[in-house]
Amino acid sequence: MASLKDLRNRITSVKATQKITKAMQMVAAAKLRRAQNAAENGRPYAEKMAQVLGNLAGNLDGGVGAPKLLSGTGQDRVHLLVVATGDRGLCGAFNSSIVRLAREHVRKLEAEGKTVKIMTVGKKGLDILRRQYRDRIVESMDIRGTKPVDYEFASQIADKIVARFDAGEFDVATLFYSEFRSVISQIPTAQRLIPAELPATDGTTTTGAGSDAAMEFEPSEESILETLLPKNLTVQVYRALLENAASEQGARMSAMDSATRNAGEMIKKQTLIYNRTRQAMITKELIEIISGAEAL
Amino acid sequence: MATFHFDFVGPERTLYSGEVEAVQLPGTEGEMTVLPGHAPVLTSLKVGVITVTEKAGNGKRIYVQGGFADIGPKSVTVLAERAAPIEEVNPAMIDKEIEAAEMARDATQDPAKREAINSQIVQLREAKHTLSL
Repeated sequence: MASLKDLRNRITSVKATQKITKAMQMVAAAKLRRAQNAAENGRPYAEKMAQVLGNLAGNLDGGVGAPKLLSGTGQDRVHLLVVATGDRGLCGAFNSSIVRLAREHVRKLEAEGKTVKIMTVGKKGLDILRRQYRDRIVESMDIRGTKPVDYEFASQIADKIVARFDAGEFDVATLFYSEFRSVISQIPTAQRLIPAELPATDGTTTTGAGSDAAMEFEPSEESILETLLPKNLTVQVYRALLENAASEQGARMSAMDSATRNAGEMIKKQTLIYNRTRQAMITKELIEIISGAEAL
Repeated sequence: MATFHFDFVGPERTLYSGEVEAVQLPGTEGEMTVLPGHAPVLTSLKVGVITVTEKAGNGKRIYVQGGFADIGPKSVTVLAERAAPIEEVNPAMIDKEIEAAEMARDATQDPAKREAINSQIVQLREAKHTLSL
């Protein structure tokens, strides 16, 4: 049986852990709010971009002569999976559920006889995937520390993807991230980046121009589309990173919340045992004193 | 005077949104001033200064580094990756950009890329000139 001192030590250590998880939960809550704000601020740009692109692509007849970023290489042999995770752990199933989805895709694609290349964003994804798919990882990036994700970083990632695409290294790119629904629900999502998936539009813009009003393009439709597509890629990566940031904090918040609660329960149980043991000892000592006195 | 809605959005936040009388944009095909009732045009922008006129004699200037403008009769939206109010930009900053671009140009061997960066440098120089006016 554990001595009183052992029990006391254990209770103190659980209490210390509880303080840490509580603090982490609060920090995550604050960061979550910031991440959600960032996601909200980035929305108008992304929406507008999707709209403009949808319009442009809708005007291109049959995709003839469309840039490769939009139409793809016409092949489906080599797949690039961009797996975006967090840099840190202690956030529930956040990292592992993204990786699990990516792994399922790898298995499926390889079963179909396709070549898979992996690019990881965030340390955790790399750590997990390295064990199994070391030879398939072509590139990995860290999300530098606690700094909130910015557009600059997203554009670096997008540039790397486009550069590899231009070099003919892959045919299809898919991005894996976790979509933020609520604090308790984050859904791992796969999104195709190349060939670009464009939202269906009804041919109207918010600028109030009806579909019958012909849009003019300066310089030309093709050249605008060509510059717009890499930007759209950046926007999608940026959005995924923002979603990921919010999801990570949300997952951490709920993970830390339950950790704090578990610690509380453990403290209660341990305290009970501690008190019982203490009383048992006092009783024992009393019995010893009394029986000693009786023997006299 | 009639007004129209002008939105200026960056990837990280909306930089300007409101009713304006006129907007002057640095289009790649040349400077253009948009007034209410403009025909729908989608144009790319070069490096330069956007002048927003909220009311006659009351304007705002924003420095942009490339982007797109979606122009319609009732509203104009500018999408720009990098922008700043003119007060926050000084020629020294543009000099730095030019230097960085020159370095990028010297680092690449691809003639098409060099050409693209060269034209960007020209645009930056022009913007610096506009700024110093």
